[in-house]
Amino acid sequence: MKDGLTKAAARNIFYGGSLFFFILFAALTIHSHWYIVNVSTPEMPDSVALGKHVWEEHNCINCHTILGEGAYFAPEMGNVWTRFGGRDNPEGARAAIAGWMRAQPTGAPGRRQMPYFDINDEEMDALLDFLEWTDAIDTQGWPPHPSG
Amino acid sequence: MKYETQKVALPFFMVAMALFALQIVFGILAATVYVLPEFLSEGMPFHIMRMSHTNLLIVWLLIGFMGCTYYLLPEETETELHSPMIAYVQLGIFAFAGAAALIGYQFEIYEGRHYLEQPLWVKVLITVSFLMFLFNTSMTLLKGRKTAISLVLMLGLWLAAIFWLFAFYNPDNLALDKLYWWWIVHIWVEGVWELIMAALLGYLLIKMTGVDREIIEKWLYVIVGLALFSGLLGTGHHYYWIGTPAYWQPIGSIFSTLEVVPFFAMVVFAFYMFWKGNRNHPNKAAMLWTLGSAAMAFFGAGVWGFMHTLHWINYYSHGTQITAAHGHLAFYGAYVMLILGVISYAMPQIRRMQPYNQMLNMWSFWIMTAAMSFMTFTLTFAGVVQTHLQRVLGMNFMQIQDQLDLFYVMRLGAGVVMALGTLLFLYAIFGPKEEQVPATANIDATAD
Repeated sequence: MKDGLTKAAARNIFYGGSLFFFILFAALTIHSHWYIVNVSTPEMPDSVALGKHVWEEHNCINCHTILGEGAYFAPEMGNVWTRFGGRDNPEGARAAIAGWMRAQPTGAPGRRQMPYFDINDEEMDALLDFLEWTDAIDTQGWPPHPSG
Repeated sequence: MKYETQKVALPFFMVAMALFALQIVFGILAATVYVLPEFLSEGMPFHIMRMSHTNLLIVWLLIGFMGCTYYLLPEETETELHSPMIAYVQLGIFAFAGAAALIGYQFEIYEGRHYLEQPLWVKVLITVSFLMFLFNTSMTLLKGRKTAISLVLMLGLWLAAIFWLFAFYNPDNLALDKLYWWWIVHIWVEGVWELIMAALLGYLLIKMTGVDREIIEKWLYVIVGLALFSGLLGTGHHYYWIGTPAYWQPIGSIFSTLEVVPFFAMVVFAFYMFWKGNRNHPNKAAMLWTLGSAAMAFFGAGVWGFMHTLHWINYYSHGTQITAAHGHLAFYGAYVMLILGVISYAMPQIRRMQPYNQMLNMWSFWIMTAAMSFMTFTLTFAGVVQTHLQRVLGMNFMQIQDQLDLFYVMRLGAGVVMALGTLLFLYAIFGPKEEQVPATANIDATAD
């Protein structure tokens, strides 16, 4: 390689540079942590934490996406609240999403089947709170359309 | 094989390859559901198949890395391993934890964070096993020769373990959860795993090309430097749309674009050393995997990553089949192919046979690489169509999926071909010894 660069110099640049970029990255992460808690996400009632637990307990992420991350097999859930009209009619959206989930699997031929999940009323309420809360995160305008 | 304890790698390779085969089985099952949506919808819903597919990949790559490390460390440090017994025990713990997780998944026992679905006690066992591995290998390194390859490799493995600890932190706030989740997922595959990859690549090139160690190790430091300088802030390309500040859009775009550079450097490195080297190593298959890995990692991680990393493009393509296409080729090129390369290099020596007849192995290289490339192309086309219909026109997700049928059928076909290639590879590696016919009469049979 270039004659000017010795192995020892390359090593020192690697260690020094990596440390520099790690500190920068860690500092920006700390700021982002502060920003998430204070600016971009709404207040969190306890039910939102329970709702997130329900979301995880049933492994939703391995079919759906949430804020674009997940399995791409089933629709985006980060803005499902908007898609079901929750921003205008919260009660209607709650009933519609809960009803939709309880009606699974649809058994419609040739359609991807969502399993039936045994979710009680309290958990369903919490899950809906979680989805409503997630919909209110400031995501820099993503996704481009309500379709997710 | 100069050191007796290098054979510790064998059971690691066997477990890794068994899990690799299983990973492909689950992949084919999941790909089948894309084509026949009602397939096994009661018996094994899609989310179980997919989680099994991705978890098996991660577990077998880690076990593969361990096997590679145990194989090369005695040669690099010029000393026997600290303790073969610790190696066997930690493999047993890791394999048990992985198997328990996989079986548990079929009975809906999981934690449900993406890729970190393992129940808490499985995560603890994985940590224990990994720490035993690090203890064992670090003790070996401490008592022996410290080459740049072994230092970079061990640094990569230690950092992988340290960042894994974020798996135990799950904030209730979804945006915070994602912020730190990427500290494992991104920092692993686009950060510290690249240290492991570059070190293994350097090892194979020293052994097979005969190029001077000083030159290879200088390249190694340059490459891993480029990987971390770009990769750490490159995490920003995951921080565009999850509730994080807007400054990640320029930072993530710039630094993740630079993430292409270390992968490009690895291709140049591998081919340059190959042409420069004067050693005509008899293990053609291992050389092919080595060069192929550098090339496919450049396309899969570099080119396919860059394709959707700029924030104004990612705004439309985020979380579509484009991501799936990139994920498949990047993992295959960077990590799968390189581990298969080390296995191809090591197995003839572990089995004490000459690496002459490697035709089957090379056939498996071309079949698997062609299949994975084809799969990547079909998913890319599916992703472009999906991006346009869903993100530009705003059409409904399920309606769009119906229009992607053709791509999913072709993807399933590619998956079946991939499975055939894998079977061929396993036979070439573990099958009966071929009659030893020298490819060329004047090759030194004892070269390693």
